[in-house]
Amino acid sequence: MMRTLPFRTRARLVATTALLIVGVAGAAVLPDDRADVFYSDYKGGGMDITGKSVLVRKKFTEQFAVEANYFIDTVSGASVDVLSQASVIKDERKQKSLSFDYIHDKTQYNLAYTNSTERDYISNTTHFALSQDMFGDLTTVSLGFTDSRNKVGENNGTAFKPNVAWLGTARSRSFEGGLSQVVTKNLIAGATFEVITDQGLLSNPYRSIRYVSATPSGYSLGSQIYPNTHTSTAIEGRAKYYLPYRAAASASYRYFTDTWAVRAHTIELGYTQPISNLWILEGRLRFYKQSHASFYSDLFPFAGSQNFEARDQNLAASTNTTVGVKATYAFLPDGWKIFKRGTVTGDVSRMRFKYNDFRDIRDFQPPTYTGPVGDEPLYQFNATVYQIYISMFF
Amino acid sequence: MNKLFRPSLIGLGVMGAALLQGACSIQPWVKPYERDRLADPIMSWDRDAISGAYLDHIYDSREGSRGATGTAGGGCGCN
Repeated sequence: MMRTLPFRTRARLVATTALLIVGVAGAAVLPDDRADVFYSDYKGGGMDITGKSVLVRKKFTEQFAVEANYFIDTVSGASVDVLSQASVIKDERKQKSLSFDYIHDKTQYNLAYTNSTERDYISNTTHFALSQDMFGDLTTVSLGFTDSRNKVGENNGTAFKPNVAWLGTARSRSFEGGLSQVVTKNLIAGATFEVITDQGLLSNPYRSIRYVSATPSGYSLGSQIYPNTHTSTAIEGRAKYYLPYRAAASASYRYFTDTWAVRAHTIELGYTQPISNLWILEGRLRFYKQSHASFYSDLFPFAGSQNFEARDQNLAASTNTTVGVKATYAFLPDGWKIFKRGTVTGDVSRMRFKYNDFRDIRDFQPPTYTGPVGDEPLYQFNATVYQIYISMFF
Repeated sequence: MNKLFRPSLIGLGVMGAALLQGACSIQPWVKPYERDRLADPIMSWDRDAISGAYLDHIYDSREGSRGATGTAGGGCGCN
């Protein structure tokens, strides 16, 4: 199992989160020590993915902290394009990361390494970032660089008897800049700009094009042909406002464009409401829309009709919406042994994915489907994501 | 260099110097003791690193876009 787009390290999250904490608090301090145990379950589109993770973050001095994270995903089932080729997946992804934070005066440095291993995909990612407080600690500027080297394979065996052929490599480099700004005593705003460039084998070997042919179904499947370079640019702006009573509202917008002609817009809205000092309730909405890649088509007139050909649903024109709710309960307010406090969090997200030019050839095949080829119903699916995790602060 | 551009470049230089001078003299308009609301945990962009990264990973694996979220994942979940 592989991903279509290259990896980026999760450690950037840590750097950015730390950066924002620094920006808000107005002093260069590292976040609290914490340990998290995490469990998730994703169901949708023919797939069932369970995730388990452990994270430990520890300050060794007021200037230096280390974070270690282990994440394991177990996947069963397969999405629509794999199912249409009668192949079922059962796989596991293990991700290990180690991240170091160092603060000197008003500058924070972050160095992280992540290794992710699947049966047919191996990724090694290095990330470096620095952030600087300025203008009376109202502004934090950050810069980041990520280098990811990936090995891409294909399992030609079965889910239980794998036979992996290594097909090639892909390299991805990311350049990121960010700004966090305290605007008023109730409002914080931020912007992030990121350019990612890839080179190598960028297609998903499990996904195929289909083209018109004189077969009973009216089409045949063939290999995708991708360019071996790809560069994308994304810019996001966001703001969070402390309401007149103790609650917060947030909004963000991201624009994305790339050299494959995909354009995307993402809008997210959030609301956070604490209840006493024990509960924090959150609600969020996310809207997403993208256009298709220039070399994408659901049905090609014949194989080799273009230099580059793709029928990967990630490159189709699509929209999706998410509604999410989250509840956090604080326990051990007086601490226990080495722990200062703890929280337990439950999170449920409901997602709906709709494709504008990707058709469902899994459920609509001859002889049950008798319509013309290329006129099958458009594909859509719902997914539900459950998360539960315990966080202990010490 | 075209003579017409020289005054513009000088003007830009003067403007830049003025901006830098102004920036150096900026006084924090939100004092440290006024930042208690901003420091409230409910004002954090993402209080839980694993959860935020996990949700972004789900979107990354199913959408054509990526980047500028401050988060990322690894691996797939795309088949």
